[in-house]
Amino acid sequence: MGQLSSQPSGYILRIESEKSGEVLLSVSGRIALENLKLFQSDIGTLQEELSPSNLSVDLSGVKYLDSAGALVLLQFENQMKARSIPFQWIHTTDEVKGIMGLLDPATLTTTPLTPLRRSDNLLEQMGEASIRFLNDFIQVIAFVGDLLLSLIYSLVHLRSMRWEDVFFYMKRAGLDGLPIVGLISFLLGLIIAFMSSLQLKQFGANIFVASLVSIAMVRELGPIMTAIIVAGRSGSAFAAEIGTMMVNEEVDALMVMGFDPTRFLAVPKVLATMIVVPLLTLYSSLFGIVGGLMVGVIGLDLTVNTYIQETLKNIRLFDLTSSLIKSVVFAMLISSIGCLRGFQVKGGAEGVGISTTSAVVSGLFLIIVADSAFAVIFYYI
Amino acid sequence: MRDRTPIIVVEELTAGYGESIVFEKVSFQVFQGEIFVILGGSGCGKSTLLKQMIGLHQPFSGRVLIHGMDITTADDVALRKVRMGIGVLFQSSALFGSMTLFDNVALPLMEFTDLSIKTIEQIVKMKLAMVDLSGYENHLPSELSGGMKKRAGIARAMALDPAILFFDEPAAGLDPITLAELDLLIKKINAGMGTTMVVVTHELQSIFNIAHRVIMIDKNAKGIIAEGDPKELKEHSGDPRVIHFFNRLPG
Repeated sequence: MGQLSSQPSGYILRIESEKSGEVLLSVSGRIALENLKLFQSDIGTLQEELSPSNLSVDLSGVKYLDSAGALVLLQFENQMKARSIPFQWIHTTDEVKGIMGLLDPATLTTTPLTPLRRSDNLLEQMGEASIRFLNDFIQVIAFVGDLLLSLIYSLVHLRSMRWEDVFFYMKRAGLDGLPIVGLISFLLGLIIAFMSSLQLKQFGANIFVASLVSIAMVRELGPIMTAIIVAGRSGSAFAAEIGTMMVNEEVDALMVMGFDPTRFLAVPKVLATMIVVPLLTLYSSLFGIVGGLMVGVIGLDLTVNTYIQETLKNIRLFDLTSSLIKSVVFAMLISSIGCLRGFQVKGGAEGVGISTTSAVVSGLFLIIVADSAFAVIFYYI
Repeated sequence: MRDRTPIIVVEELTAGYGESIVFEKVSFQVFQGEIFVILGGSGCGKSTLLKQMIGLHQPFSGRVLIHGMDITTADDVALRKVRMGIGVLFQSSALFGSMTLFDNVALPLMEFTDLSIKTIEQIVKMKLAMVDLSGYENHLPSELSGGMKKRAGIARAMALDPAILFFDEPAAGLDPITLAELDLLIKKINAGMGTTMVVVTHELQSIFNIAHRVIMIDKNAKGIIAEGDPKELKEHSGDPRVIHFFNRLPG
């Protein structure tokens, strides 16, 4: 008589009798997920060692059997029968019968109805990415066109504009962004002034720090930094908000109720962003100049008055106008791409995540492309 | 397999949201192996009660004991241990949308057992077969119907062979035939595995199909107004609120 496992493992597997090739095996105790690995291994050993003319397995001592344990027992039965060994369960309790009755080992060999999705090879992925990019470009153009028409319609028919939403998003994109835009712009101005002063000091040209900071902030960094912050804060929020509405079928509900989702959802966001981003840009430029002023006054021995005079002398009306034009275009791009990505959401939570990321990445890409275009245009004006 | 060993004990439980109390001083017991149904009209706090019973929300006062352990005061480690012994089918099935059915069911087995991948694969196939979803292991949840999602949710809830299964509104969004099939599945699992089941529903047909015992919660009473066998309650209860509910009468 052999015993494979004792009480610490939770079960006992014992050969009770072995007479003229007929084996009586008893299984008792608890067989569940926590000791399944050991039980599988013991059953496997038995399978290799035993080659009886008849095998009976007594289950009367089984105190607890879960479905995974029952599966291992049924597989043991199948494998013994596959070796043409007559096999019987004896003294099976109602509980064990119940759980074994739920299982059908034949289902383990069922082939899946659909094959597992595998990622394509690199060439296919590149091809698909190119097609996606082209389709996306077409969609962006179509959406911006649709959005402009809806915006014009809403501005012509002012009663149709959802002004409450416009004010709400002006607060969200503009007012709530003041602290972070102010802080980043201030530090940026401070860094530019500090870095440039290290070089300019050598030539006694400290005073030019003021013009450098003001021109850099007003012409380029103010609009760009503001646009980047708004893309991160508001572009992503628009995509997530509309995307969640897509998942919850709220956009479908709007459509069947006769609403134009672009006019209802996108126009207030885009208009609000186009109003507040130029204001944020001016605010950003101002804070950048204040950052530079701090370095000028504390580190370069310039007076506040001198610094301000030098700054005002160098900022032309054209610089301010171009900065505002740029910021309006950036705002339009960020908000429209955020809304578009929201409308493109498919599936569930994962789709919302992908679209939100894409809204920020596409927004940043469009900002840089547009800024390059502006650089060329303003050069020739 | 039913016996009179209480597996869940709810004592003087008061809960709600913010300042408002949804139900107060609710007490009952769920016995091993039974299908226990919590019923009542919309907004009476059935789902709130279920969330208290699985330790997702903290009550204002009272205790919930699962296998003798008070989960309202249990620390994270103890609570995790208790939760490994329970399975929950959420109203929306709550399958992970980015994972195949196989991955959804395999996830708890991969996380909480040391079994080989091959064994896990076999257990997952068996669980999917038990809920009649054999062959669907590579499907994404978005490719399934509402009834199939519920069954897949049950397969995932059963992955670790829990002693208790909770169902939050399993009837939600299902047609009568699919619901009847789901009821049969619940009964089959209960009979075969002896799993204790706590079901929150207001679907009458389902209640009569599956329930061994019910409690009825009333919104105005903020507590239990009836307890017992659903057929007996329907036929013999003198409470007009119970009569209204079981006879589908308005008001």
